[in-house]
Amino acid sequence: MAFLEIENYTKRFGNTEVLKGISFTLEKGEVLAIIGSSGGGKTTLLRCLNFLEMPDTGVLRLNGETLFDAEQDRRASDADIREKRLHFGLVFQQFNLFPQYTVLRNITLAQTLLAKADYRAKCAECRAQLRAAPKDKRAALRAEQKRVLAQIRDGQKQRIEENALRLLERVGLTEKKNAYPFELSGGQQQRVAIARALALSPDILCFDEPTSALDPELTGEVLKVIKGLKSSDSTMIVVTHEMEFAKNVADHVIFMADGVIEEEGTPAEVFENPKSEKTAAFLRKSTEDLFD
Amino acid sequence: MNFFFEVTLNLLSGFGVTLLIFAATLVFALPLGLVLSFGSMSSFKPLKAVVKVFVWIIRGTPLMLQILVVYYGPALIFGWGFLERVVAVIVAFVINYACYFSEIYRGGIQSISKGQYEAGQVLGMTRSQIFFRVVLLQVIKRIVPPMSNEIITLVKDTSLARIIVVEEILKVAYDYTIKGTIWPLFYTAVYYLIFVGILTLLFGYIEKKLNYFRV
Repeated sequence: MAFLEIENYTKRFGNTEVLKGISFTLEKGEVLAIIGSSGGGKTTLLRCLNFLEMPDTGVLRLNGETLFDAEQDRRASDADIREKRLHFGLVFQQFNLFPQYTVLRNITLAQTLLAKADYRAKCAECRAQLRAAPKDKRAALRAEQKRVLAQIRDGQKQRIEENALRLLERVGLTEKKNAYPFELSGGQQQRVAIARALALSPDILCFDEPTSALDPELTGEVLKVIKGLKSSDSTMIVVTHEMEFAKNVADHVIFMADGVIEEEGTPAEVFENPKSEKTAAFLRKSTEDLFD
Repeated sequence: MNFFFEVTLNLLSGFGVTLLIFAATLVFALPLGLVLSFGSMSSFKPLKAVVKVFVWIIRGTPLMLQILVVYYGPALIFGWGFLERVVAVIVAFVINYACYFSEIYRGGIQSISKGQYEAGQVLGMTRSQIFFRVVLLQVIKRIVPPMSNEIITLVKDTSLARIIVVEEILKVAYDYTIKGTIWPLFYTAVYYLIFVGILTLLFGYIEKKLNYFRV
């Protein structure tokens, strides 16, 4: 059974059918590269995986469990969608770091907010316990709860920060932890964005053309980081125009055109031996462009 | 010298009324403007239409007229009593300025890239977390310059209150003119200039404080 199963995803904007029935599977620890010309639906697919867009039809199964079924979930509540989203991370083409926060804060913010919600839930639990306890035992219980809650709070804070520092080290930006995004190069910003996405330990990390907004000399450092994640067993889906990268790093390649999966297979199959004429034409075009 | 001192004090008490109108308008119009801006961006079409028409009417008619309507309207139309004069002025100012502020807020909020919201979403943040933790400070940074402009205009707009005989500084000075002394009228400029000078410094300080990041 595959780790991620997408079944018959469709999405329509007005009269344009952007996804016309996409199905694929992905194994744990695999890297999937999605290639194809602009307007083929690659980005929309990724956005549907992260529930930034809701697919019109389709089912998403993660680890054998149905996480999303358009039939029932199209009108899912904000809270439900938020929970589902946490299984996926997304790194944007434009980085989208929060400009008013330091690098470290960018990475810790979401986790801190989630921890706070957890903590508040614990507090409510404690209050309920307190109410249920016999009157004479309440003072002792309250003191005990106070100690435990304080421990949780301090522990969380420390854990989140240590996690962020570890991730920063992984993307090679430890010394930039107190810098603000505008002080970083595009490549550095994107590496921070990757660390930020990793902070929530998503099951699957998605990249939407992560190097397209970068100067050519900066793409290397970002691709290297992504490549490094592969060796640490992260499951990733990368929409990319970097054919060399797709060829060398991906375990599986999907070529999308006009809202359908035109071709898929291992990099060797797709790149060396494309079955579809469209794929062959696209690959010819993208290598030609290199020599223009 | 004695007369100069007396004029200075009288103008100062007039300026107190000016400041009262100014401060009360800010306190109520700043949040009300935010509410209106949410209305004008609402995806609920009827609400959006109502707010847009309201803003159009308020921005499309003179503030002086609005003051007259708020003061005389309830009595003439419904036969109710008159509001206290200064209260009527404040009500009119709050409504008027909330509309202008709402457009500034709207511009600021809409200028934040969609990517900021989406980044918050994929990180599992709630709508309100995205607004308060991610968007708000960026909006504030963007709207400080147009806001300071509007707020400085407000300082001088308070002089419209004399249309319903509220004893703000210009009204006090004008009363001297009627009695044949014209210089107190020009002397009021000093009060305005000093206050606007202070505000300018304050806004400059806020802008500088928010300079630590770039949007």
